[in-house]
Amino acid sequence: MSEKVLMLGNEAIARGAYEAGVKVSAAYPGTPSTEISENIVRYKDCIYAEWSPNEKVATEVAIGASMSGVRSMASMKHVGVNVASDPLYTVSYIGVNGGMVLVAADDPGLYSSQNEQDTRAVARAAHVPVLEPSDSQEAKDFVIAAYELSEKYDTPVILRTTTRLAHSQGLVELGERQEIPDKPYEKNIPKNVMMPGNAIKRHIYVEQRELRMSQDGGRMDINRVEYNDTSIGVITSGIPYQYVKEVLPEASVLKLGMVNPLPRPLIEEFAAKVDKLYVVEELDPIIEEQVKSWGISVIGKEIFTVQGEYSANLLRKAMLGQDVTAVPADVPVRPPILCPSCPHRSTFHVLKQLNLHAAGDIGCYTLGAVAPLNVVDTTVCMGSSISTLHGMEKAKGKDYIKNWVAVIGDSTFMHTGVNSLMNMVYNQSTATVLILDNSTTGMTGHQDHAATGKTLQGDHTYAIDIVGICKAMGVPSVQFCDAFDIAKLRPMIKAAVESDELSVIVVKGPCALLEKRTWLTPCHIDPEKCRRCGMCMKPGCPAITKKDDGSIVIDDTMCNRCGLCEKICPFGAISRL
Amino acid sequence: MDTKNIMIVGVGGQGTLLTSRILGGLAMKAGYDVKLSEVHGMAQRGGSVVTFVRYGDKVAEPIVEEGQADVLIAFERLEALRYAHFLKKDGVIIVNDQRMDPMPVVIGNARYPEHILEELSEKYTVYAVDAMAEAKKLRNLRTFNVVVLGMAARYMDFSKEQWIEVITATVPPKTVDVNLQAFEVGYNKKGEQTV
Repeated sequence: MSEKVLMLGNEAIARGAYEAGVKVSAAYPGTPSTEISENIVRYKDCIYAEWSPNEKVATEVAIGASMSGVRSMASMKHVGVNVASDPLYTVSYIGVNGGMVLVAADDPGLYSSQNEQDTRAVARAAHVPVLEPSDSQEAKDFVIAAYELSEKYDTPVILRTTTRLAHSQGLVELGERQEIPDKPYEKNIPKNVMMPGNAIKRHIYVEQRELRMSQDGGRMDINRVEYNDTSIGVITSGIPYQYVKEVLPEASVLKLGMVNPLPRPLIEEFAAKVDKLYVVEELDPIIEEQVKSWGISVIGKEIFTVQGEYSANLLRKAMLGQDVTAVPADVPVRPPILCPSCPHRSTFHVLKQLNLHAAGDIGCYTLGAVAPLNVVDTTVCMGSSISTLHGMEKAKGKDYIKNWVAVIGDSTFMHTGVNSLMNMVYNQSTATVLILDNSTTGMTGHQDHAATGKTLQGDHTYAIDIVGICKAMGVPSVQFCDAFDIAKLRPMIKAAVESDELSVIVVKGPCALLEKRTWLTPCHIDPEKCRRCGMCMKPGCPAITKKDDGSIVIDDTMCNRCGLCEKICPFGAISRL
Repeated sequence: MDTKNIMIVGVGGQGTLLTSRILGGLAMKAGYDVKLSEVHGMAQRGGSVVTFVRYGDKVAEPIVEEGQADVLIAFERLEALRYAHFLKKDGVIIVNDQRMDPMPVVIGNARYPEHILEELSEKYTVYAVDAMAEAKKLRNLRTFNVVVLGMAARYMDFSKEQWIEVITATVPPKTVDVNLQAFEVGYNKKGEQTV
């Protein structure tokens, strides 16, 4: 038997790409998908891997690679699929030359996302097949199966994962890389140029393809029937399959590997053999509603929730009436917070002092909405800070936004913020935009992007100049400032919001996790000078706490020596002694 | 063997992930089927973090659920209390005796519970160690996790040699010696600090 190793679901997907002979991979980081690319790059001798500026670009890169005749992959989180949906809906018509897989990572339970959408619904609308693995071994195997189906049925294939699968580890048996010869590129305008006359014919093909895959589903190894006691039958897929096995080891199970299109004949056959039929699926009733529409009676969301992650205990309660949940202790919550010495804290402290509202965006700085900062008023999606602020100005006039700024990170700005800023220039905004430049994609664990000067494969490259882009677009006022230089930053922001012209301020400060300033000594509060006014605690640094006797102390193991507290103490009680 | 359920809880950034990987590697080397669940992304930024390690003959779900954990390894007192109800009736808690105030406590909206260890000891077997103090003595604060693991090692199914082998393979190469010292400190604490 070949070697077995413990692998994260995402690592297994990367291994699957390697073994399937993939040659091009493109992605934008997003929890819970990021580690796919971080592991694919380990195979850079045979796979070209890149961070693209956003998921639409990544998907188009994969489409181009497929058209040219090699196997390609694009990977992203569920909301990234929205950004990529424009090419996705149409590549469904075009199909593939080399196999193409889009990995979409859903986040039931919202561990690190702005919504809980179900990619299977998008895939149904786009008529793209979806495979869903239930452990790390399947994550690898299903990637390989996805490429075979992609080429056999001339279709892109979505591999859908969830946070629990992506971030669980299990044993995986390693295989060899298949060397897939490059297919020749063939000029084929009716297939590859989606203008109305061609697309109308391809649409017919898409519908036929979906029907064919549904019919063939019963013969696919990835769909598996486990007949046991037939008084209870369960249709399930993905991680929920594991919960079903924990709770109902004796039940008959139809484990679907392909969740779109559904293998209708197989499901009908299974339904006819069991007495009571359940569908166990996280999030939306995608399988359930289709099965019900065929006149089959199933129990689904009337006993299971459409929200959050499932568990064996949840199934026990819903299916068996066994409530084994214990009462948790009543303890204070511990929400995520900005790290000690995070440059965003310094910027938010200034915004709070100036009494400004911030239109927020996606990144660590979304945490500026959390107490005690509470300065971020809105968060919608990547790039939206700039455009929502623009909408406010156009709705209510330029005076209305004199106490507003937009805040967006450098990676998010490169993702889609740049389009929104272009709109502000074109449509004569007077807003103030702060680009919080920490020189990395912070929240997802420090990935490079188009403005960092380094590629995913570790090569040095041209670093797109953020200040230069803003100037080139015609933003009348572009400045930059060190995030911790609050004496300079405060008047700069104040003047920008008061002015009647569009301003961009690039606020620079490295991510605190990338710069452990151990060469400096930690900040220290002199108890003789401290008057316990609490000013230093206002920015919410976790290293500064008040003891039961009312004295304020800095934990020297947590302090990362940014000196913000030193600057804001009105009594000179804090120093780096 | 029945599946053994371990939980590792702490504050984002404390190294629960590395610890769970050490445990996972250990169980795999010992020939068990293993599954681990980790937390990445936003929750890692100073939030409450929980990782699961399950090993046995055949493991299905990758998570440990309420009432199932054999051992709870907690890197902070409040987090031990938060997840204690995941333990089995005769479960064991290994806790780093450290207080880290969550933001609602820092800003005065909530109180940090007192007498946590005493409260937990009424229901469970609790072993506490001030791992930060021990790590400070070793002049490497990051080894505090391994001090805690050393203590936990007494309550799991692996030999000392197996632990040493896996720690050596998992931690950054430059820190192998200090981490093995940290393990030794924790391992020899057995019984000393029982509450």
